[in-house]
Amino acid sequence: MLEIKNLSKSFGKQKVLDGLNLICKKHETTVIIGRSGEGKSVLLKHFIGLLRPDSGSVLVEGTDITKLHDKGLKKIRARFGYLFQDSALFDFFNVYENVSFPLREHTSLTEPQIREIVKTKLELVGLPNVENKKVHELSGGMRKRVGLARAIVLDPEIILYDEPTTGLDPVMTDAIGELIQKTQKELNITTILISHDISSTFKIADKIALLYEGKIILEGNKEEFTANTNPIVRQFLEGTCHGPMRMAL
Amino acid sequence: MKKTLLFPAYYLGTILPRLFHALGEVFIFIGDIIRYGIKPPFRFKLILEQMEFIGVNSLFIILLSGAFTGMVFVFQTGQAFFKFNAETITGSVVAIALGRELAPVLTALMITGRAGSAMAAQIGTMRVTQQIDALVALRVEPINYLVVPRVIASICMFPLMTGIFDMVGMLGGYFVGVGLLDINKGAFITNIEWYVRPDDIMSGLIKAFFFGFIASAICCYKGYFTTNGTRGVGLATTQAVVISFVSILISDYFLTVLLYNHA
Repeated sequence: MLEIKNLSKSFGKQKVLDGLNLICKKHETTVIIGRSGEGKSVLLKHFIGLLRPDSGSVLVEGTDITKLHDKGLKKIRARFGYLFQDSALFDFFNVYENVSFPLREHTSLTEPQIREIVKTKLELVGLPNVENKKVHELSGGMRKRVGLARAIVLDPEIILYDEPTTGLDPVMTDAIGELIQKTQKELNITTILISHDISSTFKIADKIALLYEGKIILEGNKEEFTANTNPIVRQFLEGTCHGPMRMAL
Repeated sequence: MKKTLLFPAYYLGTILPRLFHALGEVFIFIGDIIRYGIKPPFRFKLILEQMEFIGVNSLFIILLSGAFTGMVFVFQTGQAFFKFNAETITGSVVAIALGRELAPVLTALMITGRAGSAMAAQIGTMRVTQQIDALVALRVEPINYLVVPRVIASICMFPLMTGIFDMVGMLGGYFVGVGLLDINKGAFITNIEWYVRPDDIMSGLIKAFFFGFIASAICCYKGYFTTNGTRGVGLATTQAVVISFVSILISDYFLTVLLYNHA
């Protein structure tokens, strides 16, 4: 189980997270939704210590990772896979080198064994026979898939997805949504995903959390969200610019 | 009036803390380079790749600039020495100037302009596209993976390229001195043997070692802490080159004082 307690983070004078609390249960898919620039990516980065909070704690199976240093953090990070917003594939590597990179760094597997694992993971994300493609030859959707293959290549217990469907067409968005569900089921992992895409959120989430002004203002399942009458929740679900949510146009 | 009066307070309150913050960051960064440089994993393949990029790929511009520097320097000094009938010492004067100053400084500036800017741009792009965060998430220490190989390759290749600059410069100088200015071939070479000490060349190579460290550390630092997207990458690259150039020239003075003070 992952638990965030009273987490606060500021950048200069801008307070991004303000005493945030959240619990993500094991083997479940938790989707954190919120407007662009609300601090969703900042929150996700705290899960693996890419950012240090100003105050509060991040508990991974009871261990407060905000108190850990290099070695301890590396141990915790071994349990995570992370799919970055723009996939963050290494542009000096091809697809095979990108996906095999964690295996080369952290295992002593032979080349044929690495090749086999890479092949399996690429097939799992629906991308067979792309090993030799360069990163710049891949489409947006393919990049996300390769990024996911790299994130799961060491069989993590928890996967963090940072807006995996942003910038994709509706068909590809749905395909990625299904892929996330498939990965979740086949690997029996804990999934934490951030998104502002309501339809795919409702499709894949066991639990949804709405981030607004540095706090989680509502946690619950799809039914609880659709039944909620909070004007902020309504405005976000309906996707209208008229409502209590303040816009900086 | 008020502004002028308050300027020292503004200076102390705003600029100085920023300066100390930046200096602290630089020293921590250098400490990290040393810490991760002596700690496994040792990335020999990456070091060799960087050696190729920094050294081998800079060879052509080093040959070209070395040859022409030697040629023009012999041409200028040779003509001056003819006035005193001392043209036979042209070779030795140029060899000392090349070995002590011109070769290490010009080589460092050339390589920094070519490879240093690329280091800052590559690492900066990796920063703004979250590739450095991805390395951290994959439990790979970015300084060990990205910075240490570049710094080690630089401190190896800067002296090597300086040595090549020395040789090519002297060769170019020889052709201009003997071929064009008609200086006596034997006297030209004998005077080099007579006046140029191994120290003159060695001190240049020692300078090149430090220039390699300074330039690569600055370029990697600027790239590593890039912010503000692609605009930030451009800015970081420009700053990396400018700060490296200035630092090379300033440190050249202090290294010269250290190395030749006793001579």
